[in-house]
Amino acid sequence: MSILAGVTSNYFVGVKSGLTLRWVAQVWELYSETIWRSIWIALACLACTVVLGVPAAYALARVQNRWTRLIEELLTLPVAVPGLATALGLIILYGGWREFRGSWLFILVGHVLFTLPFMMRSVLAVMLAVDLKTLEEAAASLGASFGRRFATVVVPNVRPGILAGALMVVTLSMGEFNLTWMLHTPLTKTLPVGLADSYASMRLEIGSAYTLIFLVMIVPLLVALQWASGRTSRKAA
Amino acid sequence: MAVPALAVFAAFWLLPMGRLLVVGASGPDGVKAYLAVVTNANYFRSLVSTVALSAGVSVATIAISLVAGIFLQRNRFPGRGLLVSLMTLPLAFPGVVVGFMVILLAGRQGLIGEVTSRLFDAKLVFAYGMAGLFMGYLYFSIPRVILTVMASVEKLDPALEEAARSLGASTWQVTRDVILPALTPAIISSGAICFATSMGAFGTAFTLATQINVLPLTIYNEFTNYANFAMAASLSIVLGVITWAALAAARSLAGAGVAAAG
Repeated sequence: MSILAGVTSNYFVGVKSGLTLRWVAQVWELYSETIWRSIWIALACLACTVVLGVPAAYALARVQNRWTRLIEELLTLPVAVPGLATALGLIILYGGWREFRGSWLFILVGHVLFTLPFMMRSVLAVMLAVDLKTLEEAAASLGASFGRRFATVVVPNVRPGILAGALMVVTLSMGEFNLTWMLHTPLTKTLPVGLADSYASMRLEIGSAYTLIFLVMIVPLLVALQWASGRTSRKAA
Repeated sequence: MAVPALAVFAAFWLLPMGRLLVVGASGPDGVKAYLAVVTNANYFRSLVSTVALSAGVSVATIAISLVAGIFLQRNRFPGRGLLVSLMTLPLAFPGVVVGFMVILLAGRQGLIGEVTSRLFDAKLVFAYGMAGLFMGYLYFSIPRVILTVMASVEKLDPALEEAARSLGASTWQVTRDVILPALTPAIISSGAICFATSMGAFGTAFTLATQINVLPLTIYNEFTNYANFAMAASLSIVLGVITWAALAAARSLAGAGVAAAG
């Protein structure tokens, strides 16, 4: 329905006014910047969560005691607490730092906080399923150093977890609104922020066309996500 | 190995939250600001309506998802896989998109308005209030709960049901005494996630109308329209504590695996 409205010439007249790509083109003209920014932030966010999340998951998988459970609990807090609260905290503490507040990095920080637990959990689930300890002991007995073990034994074995986590992170980052709406500036709008903006101030057709573009981008990611999670759960079972 | 992640977490979450806690108590009312959500009639109403809305959404979501989830898991039919995939898509839709879909469906130019005005000569428009919000939240909560229900129905031991049947239990008795107790952990955990997500959801309400009296919008208005940072800070701490407590309580009742999303 939303899709149809995006390619209808005049929504108030109905589909009989003809189908057109005019609105899609207009959205591209007005908002293409937000689309590229969202993709860029999602990829940067992915890089950060891999760099931070995979080692963290490894630490949590190797040592399981009260402290590591506490760490896991803490790192999951940004997901349990509404994004609005996290965003307000960031603004109050760092909002005075102009260069940071005005740059896309400010949004990236919020997205990393929010998506890190998903990457960590996804990797951790695979790590716990593949008996990392035995594999690593075998490699160590053959004389592999820690760095080598991590790169050639740990990472390849948890690749399905990283893949599923990565798709999740990119999807969430692309669609994140609760945090981003507070963290963005007029110069650092992302796709969902642009969507809210177009719903509020543009013709219905433009909002619909914009939504259409968003769906075209996000649905393939979601399908890939389902495929990847289906694969990992079969592997873990 | 977890040090970098913890460092980022401390710098960008713990510190800001600590600051938020301090700012929340820095207003004219001091620490009492944290009680304002109960003492101030306006905020209290906002809190009550948010909690009522979230609880209502959770109950409705679970009722619908239980029926649909059990049906989908028990019956194989052509297109089932596609149906399940389609249903889980809204999981990752941002609140703004859900809100926009509600407007297209039940808004002033919406489909429901169109149909009702043709049938009954009266346009039914309910997108811009609590009813629209309820519909939107229902829309993005159902997929998540259905997936959880399906996963735990899959793990149910059919032998238990067969045993109950062989002892002469009716379908209703089997459902009440065998299926529902086995699904209780899943129901509690997904209900809590649903509740917490609805409590904190901001995008949908923001798209529908900025005047709906739910807590996230109250916080947003305090912050942007009235520049009342202290009040916004203390209200968001209260909101955060409520959602976290709901999830934590569910986890201690139902075991691990409870986390909010979206």
